[in-house]
Amino acid sequence: MVNRKVVGAHYGLRDWLVQRVTAVIMLVYGIAVAAFVLFASGASFEAWQALFACTWVKVLTTVTIVALLWHAWVGTRDIWMDYAYHTGVRLTLHVLTILWLVASFVYSVKVVWGA
Amino acid sequence: MNKTRPKHLALWQIRFPLPAIVSGLHRISGALLVLSIPFILYALEGSLSSAERFAAFKSCIGNPFVKLGLLVVLWGLLHHACAGTRFLLMDIHKGVDLPTARLSAKLVMAVSLVLTVVIGVVAW
Repeated sequence: MVNRKVVGAHYGLRDWLVQRVTAVIMLVYGIAVAAFVLFASGASFEAWQALFACTWVKVLTTVTIVALLWHAWVGTRDIWMDYAYHTGVRLTLHVLTILWLVASFVYSVKVVWGA
Repeated sequence: MNKTRPKHLALWQIRFPLPAIVSGLHRISGALLVLSIPFILYALEGSLSSAERFAAFKSCIGNPFVKLGLLVVLWGLLHHACAGTRFLLMDIHKGVDLPTARLSAKLVMAVSLVLTVVIGVVAW
């Protein structure tokens, strides 16, 4: 019988793969935005605001933020699993991390889609 | 096999090779970035807001301490992205031999630090 912990890593390839796929999504988005600022807009305030007024930019930004938060979850949980050994302590840290990330997501929706 | 092996966990006595430092900084910068998510979103909100709120936002990030903090976050982002790209390449078996791995670790450190300094100087 394998000793499986309730706060373990689900013992599979999935999280490892999620970490890589979300990383690539963020790299593509980040390079695209950096290229826009460097080459397309002349770093003007109006061009920046016009870019984020487009629905497709809002959609891609939200998708990237979901990738970011998922990536942050896998990475933060790896840190807790390496340094927090007590199951109760680790579970508490996991819950606090999830609250932090979910709150960030709600705030990001307000920022990207407007109040 | 009952030998007690020597343990060298005195971190200040161990001389880490550069790839180990890059890996450790990848974790530290990742933790820093998780903590900065709401502040990065706040910066995005400020940059997308109306003219008068944008002025208030500008004076907020004009504060030298805030600017310094933003540069630390920027370094964290650049280091995490560069080191992460290095790890992705290693996952597809690019640059896994020792000389290349050491060279790419140096590159990660150099590119993220130089870019941070350059952007810092331009933005200051």
